[in-house]
Amino acid sequence: MLERIGYIVIGIGVAFEILGCIGLIRLSDVYDRAVAATKCVTMGTCMMLCGVALFGAASGNWSMLVKAVICALFVLLTSPVAAHAVLRGAYLSGVPMAHTGAEDGFAQRAGELRRQHQANGQPAESAGQEQEASHEEA
Amino acid sequence: MKVLVFWIFAAALWMLLFWSANPAVIAGGCLAGLVVSLAMRPLLPDNLGRLLDVRRWFWAALFVPYFLYYVVRANLDIMLRVLNPDLPIRPGIVKLRTNLQSPMARMFLANSISLTPGTLTIDLDGQDLYVHWINISTDEPDRRGELIVGKFEPLLRRIFE
Amino acid sequence: MNNFFQAAMLLLTLGCLMCLYRIGRGPTAPDRTISVDILGTLMVGFCCCMALVTGQDYYLTVAIAWAMTNFVGTLALAKYLEGRCYDA
Repeated sequence: MLERIGYIVIGIGVAFEILGCIGLIRLSDVYDRAVAATKCVTMGTCMMLCGVALFGAASGNWSMLVKAVICALFVLLTSPVAAHAVLRGAYLSGVPMAHTGAEDGFAQRAGELRRQHQANGQPAESAGQEQEASHEEA
Repeated sequence: MKVLVFWIFAAALWMLLFWSANPAVIAGGCLAGLVVSLAMRPLLPDNLGRLLDVRRWFWAALFVPYFLYYVVRANLDIMLRVLNPDLPIRPGIVKLRTNLQSPMARMFLANSISLTPGTLTIDLDGQDLYVHWINISTDEPDRRGELIVGKFEPLLRRIFE
Repeated sequence: MNNFFQAAMLLLTLGCLMCLYRIGRGPTAPDRTISVDILGTLMVGFCCCMALVTGQDYYLTVAIAWAMTNFVGTLALAKYLEGRCYDA
């Protein structure tokens, strides 16, 4: 019985991971992609780990259950933090939003943060970034 | 005090991962936990002793199913949006305020927001939250706060404050 | 049982190919970073399948370690992105 539920849960998890990847392809700018992909893939991975925990419980392999639960908690805690860091980096490095006229409540704070970065002064990096920009265009 | 609490948790995690009561494993866990908790001493929050409070664990246990319900709803919502050929989205970044005081509670609030319907926290500055919302449904600030932050604030306040 | 997990791993491979498309094509650097992060999370799913096919639980230890290194790597890349400010 537990094994059957495990199969179902793992199937749902795989389906959500695929959906997240489809979202990664279909949506039109970094922010939307990150929202869709992070949510669906995190949820899918957690469901797969829950399925593994169910299999562990069914076969009496308790260490498998404990490890799967710890791993699920870890993924659930770290994945949104990673997405937040990447999006903040994206906004501060000046990636625009695809939808024109979208509401933007972050512009003021981003300006302050950029001034702080400049006040700290990173002259070596600014030289490297121009090179890289020209490389991306080519 | 905080080093002691963190030490206990680190050693327990070590033993759970090894899943054996071998004396060598227990000794290794205690030693590694001690080293890690001493090394991480400047990073630990001051009120880590709250981890031993049973009432907080009760509210946390209540929080988990509530949170998982919203995570599943969020995923179904995103799934319908992605599979819909018209892509019904209206993205934008909105600014919200929260009343939570402790940094840990704010961190958990930001994480919860990131995993629930169509929203992702971009930055956290004191009491201000900057949230990317994939489908902005209202223009009134109060209603927005209610929709995004209001779901988790009361429970998180009971857990962390 | 094995057929089910073969199908699951095939689907995960499909997801990985989609991520690779976004890594290769992605117009900006954050696109690529987020795709690498997603690819790493998909690998945890592969580890789950392998743990169940072989019945060995050390694959889950591999999954935990993989998730940790993936997290740290993504944070480092994000910090790098934040440092470079395009418009002065």
